[in-house]
Amino acid sequence: MWLICGTIPDADFPLTEGGWSYDADAAELVLTERVRPEEGPELRVPAWRGTPALLAAALQTARAMECRPCHALLAGDIGDGDGSAGLYAYLAARLAGTRAGNGAGLEEGREGEQEEGGSTFYGLTFHYLFPDLDGHNRVLAALESLEPRPLLCADAGFMYVAKMSGYASFYDLFTPDAGELAFLADEKAPHPLYTRGFLGEGEADVPALIERANAYGNAARTLLVKGKTDVLARDGRVLDTVSEPQVPALEAIGGTGDIVAGIATALLACRVPMVAACLAAARAGRRAGELARPTPATQVADILPHIPQAVLEAMEA
Amino acid sequence: MSLIRRLFSAVAGAKPAADRPDGGADTTSDARRPGAGPAASARSDLKNSGSARAGTDGARPAKTDPSADRGFLLFEQTGDVIAAERLLRESGYAVEVKGPPPQLRRGCDMVLVCPLMLHAKITAQLERAGLHPMEYVPVSDPLLEPVSFFHVTDLGEWLMVRAANMKITVEKAGGTIVNISGGGCPDVPYLASLLMGRKVGEAEEPRLHGRTLCSYALQRAFEEARRLCG
Repeated sequence: MWLICGTIPDADFPLTEGGWSYDADAAELVLTERVRPEEGPELRVPAWRGTPALLAAALQTARAMECRPCHALLAGDIGDGDGSAGLYAYLAARLAGTRAGNGAGLEEGREGEQEEGGSTFYGLTFHYLFPDLDGHNRVLAALESLEPRPLLCADAGFMYVAKMSGYASFYDLFTPDAGELAFLADEKAPHPLYTRGFLGEGEADVPALIERANAYGNAARTLLVKGKTDVLARDGRVLDTVSEPQVPALEAIGGTGDIVAGIATALLACRVPMVAACLAAARAGRRAGELARPTPATQVADILPHIPQAVLEAMEA
Repeated sequence: MSLIRRLFSAVAGAKPAADRPDGGADTTSDARRPGAGPAASARSDLKNSGSARAGTDGARPAKTDPSADRGFLLFEQTGDVIAAERLLRESGYAVEVKGPPPQLRRGCDMVLVCPLMLHAKITAQLERAGLHPMEYVPVSDPLLEPVSFFHVTDLGEWLMVRAANMKITVEKAGGTIVNISGGGCPDVPYLASLLMGRKVGEAEEPRLHGRTLCSYALQRAFEEARRLCG
């Protein structure tokens, strides 16, 4: 099982773990399989941006690939960190009582012995969580106790705190944009807001920043840097780039980066090797955007329906 | 709390600071720096700090650490820092938001720098407003500066304004906020849900509901977008 961990922008949303489906007509996520809480009213969440957008993209990708959809652990948090704190505590305890799937085996290009039981994690993706150092380190300590350890992907706030913790190299995949890459490359910045020499798309020397982030141990082993040209790097070196199709409007649309992270997550969960999964995610994110014929006012919910077609095209490529 | 107090001691007792890059001169008149805009004029109204800065043109060089007359207020929540900054700027205090020293970082952190001689008065005002600083710590090392520039992209009918890692896109003609992107803290999707579809000149400022560093960056992008399209 692959678990996506993130937040819902609703302070009253309960800590919820389970399986979800995506209702494209309503642009909503629907809880279909409950782990926690075991009972309760129907839960539906708008997939507008943030973790719901990432989860919806992952579900759409799994549908196209005809493989098992990710589960999600979600908490309500509007920025005060309360929901994230509950999620960190729950997850640390949850991991302490589970066994891992052989994610590391896949990372090395070998098909691991995957446990399909509900208590087994093949991989985890961390997303919009309040950057809390103590919470991160408790989860990380629990992850370290798993042998073999699951694949670990981080984006958004959790990527910030993973870098700040000094344990970024423990992770398998980060998906920053160019500005966030500059933050990873600044060994003193605890948050993108404090990045020295913060640069934007078109201004950044991406390969140099990747090398610097890796040299200081502030990068995951694989980086998928999202931008005008998407750059895939491993161990500090650029492996490949994706620059087509060019859809300039996508930069303005909130949630397009979440879509790429969600597609990559689902492909990894479908046992696609890391490099192929990242390149396909970069291509599919662009293609799905193109299919939506976007303007800067387009919403990410208008792009989500095009993901299955875009993923299949990207995988064929 | 005991750990935090030990950290306070470590910071307060640290070695003398290296010189700030700006030599201690007040560079906050730069319109692109944090707090530029409506609150920027308040900086020139710095209330009696009891400690004149030295080292600027025409003045004698400072004999003491130029940051020695300042310290920072530490709060439990980042949202409290944002609220305190707003309150104090409206009251005419030249406070600044900075990143805390490494010993005090817990995650999504900011501190509020203010004059040493005014901290008791400032603390009292904050307490009256229901804001409770945990401690006042003298500045002994350079603090991290928030990113202070904007990047504006013309997208035809829309303008996209970026401040640090946050972007806001506004329709030029009507000033409607059509998209908010970037960021990674959990109040970003929440703030986006409050702002989307509203006129940038009429919408509530992100700082009224924001609680994280990303919301601070969004506030700055919002102010610039309002200036350009509001």
